[in-house]
Amino acid sequence: MALLEIKNLHAQIEDNQILRGLNLVVNPGEVHAIMGPNGSGKSTLSYVLAGKEDYEVTDGEALLDGQDLLEMDPDARAAAGLFLAFQYPIEIPGVATMTFLRSALNAQRKARGEDELSTPDFLRLVKEHAGRLGISQEMLRRGVNVGFSGGEKKRNEILQMTLLQPKLCILDETDSGLDIDALKIVSEGVNALRSPERGMVVITHYQRLLDHIVPDVVHVMHKGRIVRTGGKELALELEASGYAGYGQDAA
Amino acid sequence: MNVQNQIPRTGAEQALLALLDQRSGADDAALAGRMGELRRAARDAFAANGLPHRRVEEWKYTDLRAILRSSAPLAAPLDAAAEAEGQFRAVTFPGARRILFVNGQLSRAHSDLAGLEPGLTVVPLASALAGGQGAVEKLGTLAPQRYDGVLALNTALAEEGLVIRVEAGAQITRPLHVAHVFTLDAPAATFTRRLLDVGADARFTLVESFQGRDGVAYQVNDALELFVADGAHLDHVRIQEDSAEALHFASLMAETGHKTQFHSFALTTGALASRVSLYGRFAGTHAHVGLRGATLVKGRQHADMTLLLDHAVAHCESRELFKTVLADEARGVFQGKIVVRPDAQKTDGRMMSRALLLGETAEMDNKPELEIFADDVQCGHGATAGELDADLLFYLKARGIPAKEAEGLLIQAFVGEAIEFVEEDGLREAIIARAEAWLKARAI
Repeated sequence: MALLEIKNLHAQIEDNQILRGLNLVVNPGEVHAIMGPNGSGKSTLSYVLAGKEDYEVTDGEALLDGQDLLEMDPDARAAAGLFLAFQYPIEIPGVATMTFLRSALNAQRKARGEDELSTPDFLRLVKEHAGRLGISQEMLRRGVNVGFSGGEKKRNEILQMTLLQPKLCILDETDSGLDIDALKIVSEGVNALRSPERGMVVITHYQRLLDHIVPDVVHVMHKGRIVRTGGKELALELEASGYAGYGQDAA
Repeated sequence: MNVQNQIPRTGAEQALLALLDQRSGADDAALAGRMGELRRAARDAFAANGLPHRRVEEWKYTDLRAILRSSAPLAAPLDAAAEAEGQFRAVTFPGARRILFVNGQLSRAHSDLAGLEPGLTVVPLASALAGGQGAVEKLGTLAPQRYDGVLALNTALAEEGLVIRVEAGAQITRPLHVAHVFTLDAPAATFTRRLLDVGADARFTLVESFQGRDGVAYQVNDALELFVADGAHLDHVRIQEDSAEALHFASLMAETGHKTQFHSFALTTGALASRVSLYGRFAGTHAHVGLRGATLVKGRQHADMTLLLDHAVAHCESRELFKTVLADEARGVFQGKIVVRPDAQKTDGRMMSRALLLGETAEMDNKPELEIFADDVQCGHGATAGELDADLLFYLKARGIPAKEAEGLLIQAFVGEAIEFVEEDGLREAIIARAEAWLKARAI
């Protein structure tokens, strides 16, 4: 069975139709890249899948492991194995990063009928992965993303993804705002999560990220639909020709 | 003829006037001199002006003529069973010395009055009043110039309370906790008053708590007078968790000397209607005053925090931060007024009130005011009222945290910004835990 199956998805925000019949199938173990010009609906797709309230699905369906995602609350989608790495991770002053990570991990475990993680096990787990992503203990004591640089926020997203071990990772423009060193750290974190059971959807405007996270399939999205699908060489082609053929100048 | 006399008296006012009359004979006999004079003046002021109501600016949002429908009788004298129940119900703070008031009366049996730290004296108000002028010479001297009906009633009727003195230079690290518990199953009124006199360069921590029996519409009228002498450092924490049917009226008066530090924090979750009137006066230069509070109310609760800060002298700093969380149809009121007198140059005052409205029918009335008569000052105020940020909630939910828990984390963070100013670790943790308990109770 497909890990993610999206059929004829239509969605709008305030009467503004953005997704217009999108189809996508991601199988376990596959990494799909979605590229496309600004305004093509890439980020909307990620928000609709994660369950952001501002968007209204007007037609179509989205199944995760055969379960109807669109019927679920955002927290239930997360517990079912969906993870969205935000393009702009937000700051939550007053909620310590450690408290947040622990609440998230235990809420998901509870929703799946698993026991909560003990404090020592949790601390060990966080320490191990945070170190690898260059996230200091001091940062973990701060409010979620408070005072983090753009790169640190993205690394924090990958840390959450690593701790939560989702079935399907959606990375929304994870490369935006990253310098080349941060891009490497983030990509290594993502690549470490590649596995035969897990699927990934990597949304990006630029080919650069795909040098580091090499996709199995590349899609081009335009006006709310997937208009072209190919292998990783499609990304290189787009890099050379730009999105000129899709109603927009090369970026 | 006094014009005020032509306003028809409410039932509660008539009952209070009768109570004042009944007590006046005993007072006049027992209290000669200044105390007797103070009480007579308070009685006369109440007889002339009655309960504060919405046409009095400071009481615009908290109209006592409407809120106080009837005046409950005074609580019956304590018995051992009530004392034991009070002891059982009162909150404890690890490490603090606790003095217990049950139904507005000192429970000697359950108060830790033995082995007081050197430099600390604690005298029951009744003994201090009977003992004459020396012990109570400062009582009533911080009263505001304008008529305050709640305080007038307290001045005229409070027989119970404490006079606490900290000698100059005494460094007392152990917090003194004055716990108030109401245990009766029928409504009664309590009038309590404390005077705390912190000597020069001394250090002290006062904690006060108010709790009571659920489902009983008892009435609390409490007053606290604080004197912080030059160079002294006072931390004050007030926890008001009265029953959701109770009425709670409090007057806090504070005067700070030269180079003092005074920090006060109020946690408010209780009472159907509550009002705290805080009068602060800077009497010496280079003082720092920090007033903070967290209020969490639900149902049809009404919580009013009203401050009047008088910068009478130069080079003083004041910081106010009040956080109000309103669920259901609850109503919050914040009125904060900073007065900077002509001599109070280099005053640095910052006042902020923030409210979080969790329901469509919740209401917040914010009224910050600055009255500045000096020309070289830095003063600012702000007030906000809003709902939980949908983007923050989505971020938490997208990580698998259920909606109620996500809301709880954000509310905790919201009030946490004020709670973090409580310096003493044990007290701060206890306040955080009590705010958490409120959130849990709401989520069920």
